[in-house]
Amino acid sequence: MPSVTAVTERSSVVVKIGDMPIRFHCDDPAFIRLIRERYDGYVSSVTEASFDFDIELAPLGTESRDEDVSVTWNSGSWLMTRGDFRAEWNPSTLRGRIQQTMNPYSLDSVLRIIHTLLLARKGGFLVHASSAIRNGRAFLFSGVSGAGKTTMARLAPPDASLLTDEISYVTRPDDRYLAVGTPFFGELARVGENLRAPIECIYLLAKGPENKIEPIVGADAVRGLLGNILFFARDPEFVKLVFDAAFDFVNRVPVRRLTFVPDARVWELIV
Amino acid sequence: MNEKRYVARSTAIAARVLGNEMMIMSATNSTLFTLDELGTVIWEAADGATPLDEIVMQKVCSKYDIAPEVAMKDAEAFVTGLAEHGLLLVSDQPFEQAKRLSAEAK
Repeated sequence: MPSVTAVTERSSVVVKIGDMPIRFHCDDPAFIRLIRERYDGYVSSVTEASFDFDIELAPLGTESRDEDVSVTWNSGSWLMTRGDFRAEWNPSTLRGRIQQTMNPYSLDSVLRIIHTLLLARKGGFLVHASSAIRNGRAFLFSGVSGAGKTTMARLAPPDASLLTDEISYVTRPDDRYLAVGTPFFGELARVGENLRAPIECIYLLAKGPENKIEPIVGADAVRGLLGNILFFARDPEFVKLVFDAAFDFVNRVPVRRLTFVPDARVWELIV
Repeated sequence: MNEKRYVARSTAIAARVLGNEMMIMSATNSTLFTLDELGTVIWEAADGATPLDEIVMQKVCSKYDIAPEVAMKDAEAFVTGLAEHGLLLVSDQPFEQAKRLSAEAK
């Protein structure tokens, strides 16, 4: 008897930020296309991935308005929840599952959390900072919302390669710290260039009547940096890793206060 | 009646010395605390086995020009404050783990 077998092939895409390729599977090819567009420049052409996540889409409008992120470690898995997503990730099996609506920004948040967890094990971190490469060296401009991260990115001269205007990716492959481009953007609404360079300096931003740079050392430098590092997990081991990473970073990379007038002349100091 | 107080550093924290200051981060809420030199002395001596009054006499009054009663009062307030933030544990008995470590050391 003749028969017909319908085979549904799941769509997938690999997003590689830093050195970490993560593959997402979803039954809805339209969402995979959306991911490809959203992470343009970070979609890997190779099929190998370090982790696999299945995405289950819920109908739009089913998300709650709860803005609080919760990240907890339970029975060998990380559980990440917010009103618009619920994700589980087991680092041992290299697999995870994300439940969300068809909103790429939910996936953006999950990716940020996953990368903070991955980076912490390697002495790196994500930090609220714009960053750019100039003359082969990376400069970070850090601060809370409104401090001037996007302003510094907008004012960057043509010879600077913008890595992000919102969330900088700091990794430590050896004794050096590198800044790596990310697709995480802020007001600029533009993904960063997928480049990397050794970090020359991190500037803590302050707006003022004149452009000036002042060194920040010791506990003030650690405080300034830790205040801007992305923290999600309240797990003691994770907190210790990030805390140690901040100390080690401050011991190796200059921390300075950049007080600036928001016009292009401030970049004359960034060389 | 045993009126001694024993203090032990919480395990749900991360701490490092920088210069003369001790920086402590709570793993519960990521709040960062900084202790001055005297606070750091008490923090480092808070092993769960040594009573607070001994810490004050041996580590504070023997090295700093502070009257014992003043030092003890300040130390009590300091310890209570850190305990409220979950950074120190306070008990009227030595902490079990500290007792074991102390016995093993002997």
